[in-house]
Amino acid sequence: MAEQHNYQPPDKSRRQFLKYSGAAISGAVIGGVIGGAIAGGFKKKAPVPTPTPTTPGGQAAAADYNQATMYFTQSQLQITQAAVERIFPKDDLGPGAAELGVAYYIDHQLASPWGINGREYRIGPYVKGEATQGDYQSINRTEVFNLGLIAIQQASMKKYNNKFPDLTDEQKDAILTLLEKGDIEVINGITGTSFFNLLRTLTLEGAYADPLYGGNKNMQGWKMRKYPGNQMSYANIMEKAEFVAMKPMSLRDHIAH
Amino acid sequence: MATKMPKVPVVIVGMGWLGGIIAAELSKQGVKVVGLERGKPRATEDYYMVHDELRYAQRYDLMQDLSKETITFRNTSKMTALPMRSYGSFLIGEGLGGAGIHWNGQTYRFLPYDFEIYSKTVERYGKKKIPDGMMIQDWGITYDELEPYFYKFEEVAGISGEQEQTPLVGKRSKPFPTKPMMKTPILKMFEDATKKLGYHPYMMPSANLSEQYTNSDGITRAACQYCGYCERFGCEYGAKADPVVTVLPVANKTGNFELRTYSNVVEVQHDGKKATGVVYVNTVTGERFEQPADVVILASYVFNNVRLLLTSKLGKPYDPKTGKGVVGKNYCYQTNGGSATGFFDDKEFNLYAGAGSLGMEIPDFNGDNFDHTDLNFLHGAGIRISQTGQRPIATNPVPKGTPTWGAEFKKQSLKYANSTLTVSPQGSSLPWQHHYLDLDPTFKDAYGLPLMRITFDFEDQDREMIKYVASKSEEIMKEMNPTSIGVSNKLGPYNIVPYQSTHNTGGAIMGADPSTSVVNSYLQMWDAENVFVVGASAFPHNSGYNPTGTVGALAYRAVDGIAKYLKNGGMVV
Ligand SMILES: Cc1cc2nc3c(=O)[nH]c(=O)nc-3n(C[C@H](O)[C@H](O)[C@H](O)COP(=O)(O)OP(=O)(O)OC[C@H]3O[C@@H](n4cnc5c(N)ncnc54)[C@H](O)[C@@H]3O)c2cc1C
Ligand code: SF4
Repeated sequence: MAEQHNYQPPDKSRRQFLKYSGAAISGAVIGGVIGGAIAGGFKKKAPVPTPTPTTPGGQAAAADYNQATMYFTQSQLQITQAAVERIFPKDDLGPGAAELGVAYYIDHQLASPWGINGREYRIGPYVKGEATQGDYQSINRTEVFNLGLIAIQQASMKKYNNKFPDLTDEQKDAILTLLEKGDIEVINGITGTSFFNLLRTLTLEGAYADPLYGGNKNMQGWKMRKYPGNQMSYANIMEKAEFVAMKPMSLRDHIAH
Repeated sequence: MATKMPKVPVVIVGMGWLGGIIAAELSKQGVKVVGLERGKPRATEDYYMVHDELRYAQRYDLMQDLSKETITFRNTSKMTALPMRSYGSFLIGEGLGGAGIHWNGQTYRFLPYDFEIYSKTVERYGKKKIPDGMMIQDWGITYDELEPYFYKFEEVAGISGEQEQTPLVGKRSKPFPTKPMMKTPILKMFEDATKKLGYHPYMMPSANLSEQYTNSDGITRAACQYCGYCERFGCEYGAKADPVVTVLPVANKTGNFELRTYSNVVEVQHDGKKATGVVYVNTVTGERFEQPADVVILASYVFNNVRLLLTSKLGKPYDPKTGKGVVGKNYCYQTNGGSATGFFDDKEFNLYAGAGSLGMEIPDFNGDNFDHTDLNFLHGAGIRISQTGQRPIATNPVPKGTPTWGAEFKKQSLKYANSTLTVSPQGSSLPWQHHYLDLDPTFKDAYGLPLMRITFDFEDQDREMIKYVASKSEEIMKEMNPTSIGVSNKLGPYNIVPYQSTHNTGGAIMGADPSTSVVNSYLQMWDAENVFVVGASAFPHNSGYNPTGTVGALAYRAVDGIAKYLKNGGMVV
């Protein structure tokens, strides 16, 4: 039995409260003010609708200006889109990676500090070690992607004399399987397997990260697995025996509009 | 050239959990303290956008910036160590509060057996039971001596737990300050199954407050909301005990504490007998400062505690060939493996909800709570179930044989998204002569200092232990009646890539004998009486429990030692 649970998004008064209490906090009382007020007050307010201006499926909503590239060329976007859709395909349970915006998500990530390994150790010498010591990472992720996508395209041309996005689903899967097994080499030191694993991780991230990052469009990734996104509190459902389904909330619901 | 600052009585290197505790207690006693933290300041207000799995759990927003500093690793001394270029096996804290901000809050006490592991093992099984090369040794303190300090940490943090406890764990002088966390249907299933099997389940002691609580410092914090974003995240309610919401406000209020953030310590200065102060670099401007002090406290987590001793040439470096020397000795970790995952085809649980330390444990196969006579390993593991909130990027379990991508993967991962439970052992890690920390000969940090090098692997001891406890996890999971089970009872070589736990221990261990330990039972250095090295670096081995309850206790004991030293000087034991 699924029960509907409506925990409202934090309303303006909460945000103002947090702002003031945040400013006022000093010394003795830290978490107590905020959490106490949440536990004691906000829960009791009437639910207010989530102010997200989308329609089911997202079609009729305003244009999504987020869906353009910061890093990829058109062709790189297409190869990525074709590959991630095979990793997480559309089916009767819901949208696949393409519809969820995963390729745009990956593009935006590559344009972020993560794409250039911003917070990782980048001092040489670069030496190839044992598997227990991690990947050989002499080049950054944007470069790994450039080369990885070329490797996919070249393997498709060689095997099927056709570009990867134009292959049949079975052919695409065959190429991705070769990549996964390490039978396609990306470049000396970077196996097809590492690139495939990167693609797979990014696909799951793009399907399930907060929609603010460009994937998980309209929270459809979350909806497919009944994940409620981020709610303020679950304290009142913890002891329930039955599954409690909730309308998901995203970080946007926590921002003052 | 470094700018020389006015001398202070006490300088603390690192303002994480332990730096915070020491700052609060000493400043309350009227001692002037300067705290140096390499990272940025933090406050609860920073976490209003914290329920973001990508930013915090996948991209490690709160952890140490590895572009400046990391560790190098190899399994054996025959290999060349390589840097951990991106995060894997453990996640090092940085910024005010350290890893104390993004921990889970599972707050156990080590067992009485742990503190006297050598004597008790020999007493029960004879010397021959300890294999060649295994370096277990007594801690120089007993559980009973440490008991009041355990309670002190629990009282400040407001640890939640059961009033009645099984005699299989250490005796408590006082009950937990707050009631246990909620017993959810998942925990009840584990409780029923383990009780039926004759084991002794109890609620995991938790630093996520079960109820609103005011501690003896007058700090009031709110109850945990079971938000499901705990480990790797900061708590936006202040419900999770962390240094910023517990001990640091107390230190600030005294007027005796000065915090300097963006201050990376690069050297402990000394005259061969005693420390004279520390040198630090302002990470924003690059300026160097000398901070003279009467007492230097290292609280910069295991790796930098040991690294600063070695780069500053303080104490006798450990030599793995002879087993002589002490700094770097007995590096241990946590042996995780042997979990059993149950797939429940027609049940759905509220797995999205949870708290960092919501769970239950059985201590029946931990420490020496079971007879090892016919077993070829020592110690054991706590076997647990936890409900910490399963977030969707990281948690996609599928039954064995399912492909890892494509249509079938999608179908199965969605089907089981809310229908899998895991029972997992958290295993002890015992020391070996050939496991140690030293300075890497090649790789350097952003300040030109050598990185810490880890030489560590899993041994037959660990493999046998995991095989044994895996059979227990499986037995428990079977009793919980899932549709199918997946068990992993094999332990490969230690691999730096997958996350395991941030429970690194050893390298500056405590003991009663200066020839086999770096610090005494007050964490005072044998070779420099005004240096206290505080942290899990002091553990001679790691137990089948998370470390912080025990390091918290040791930090409160260190406070007593520092106070004694400030008064009388000399070795305090
Ligand atoms: C994801 C995660 C989950 C965890 N969960 C649990 C749990 O459930 N239960 C448990 O018992 N333990 C847990 N731990 C471990 C726990 O966080 C640590 O035991 C605890 O924080 C250790 O306290 P510390 O003060 O030694 O180190 P930290 O809290 O990490 O503080 C060290 C501080 O020193 C600073 N520092 C380091 N080097 C320098 C330098 N050279 N100069 C200046 N400052 C420096 C760092 O920036 C940091 O702020 C977890 C850890 C992590 C990462
Ligand atoms: S689970 Fe509880 S303690 Fe942890 S972050 Fe959420 S509210 Fe805080």
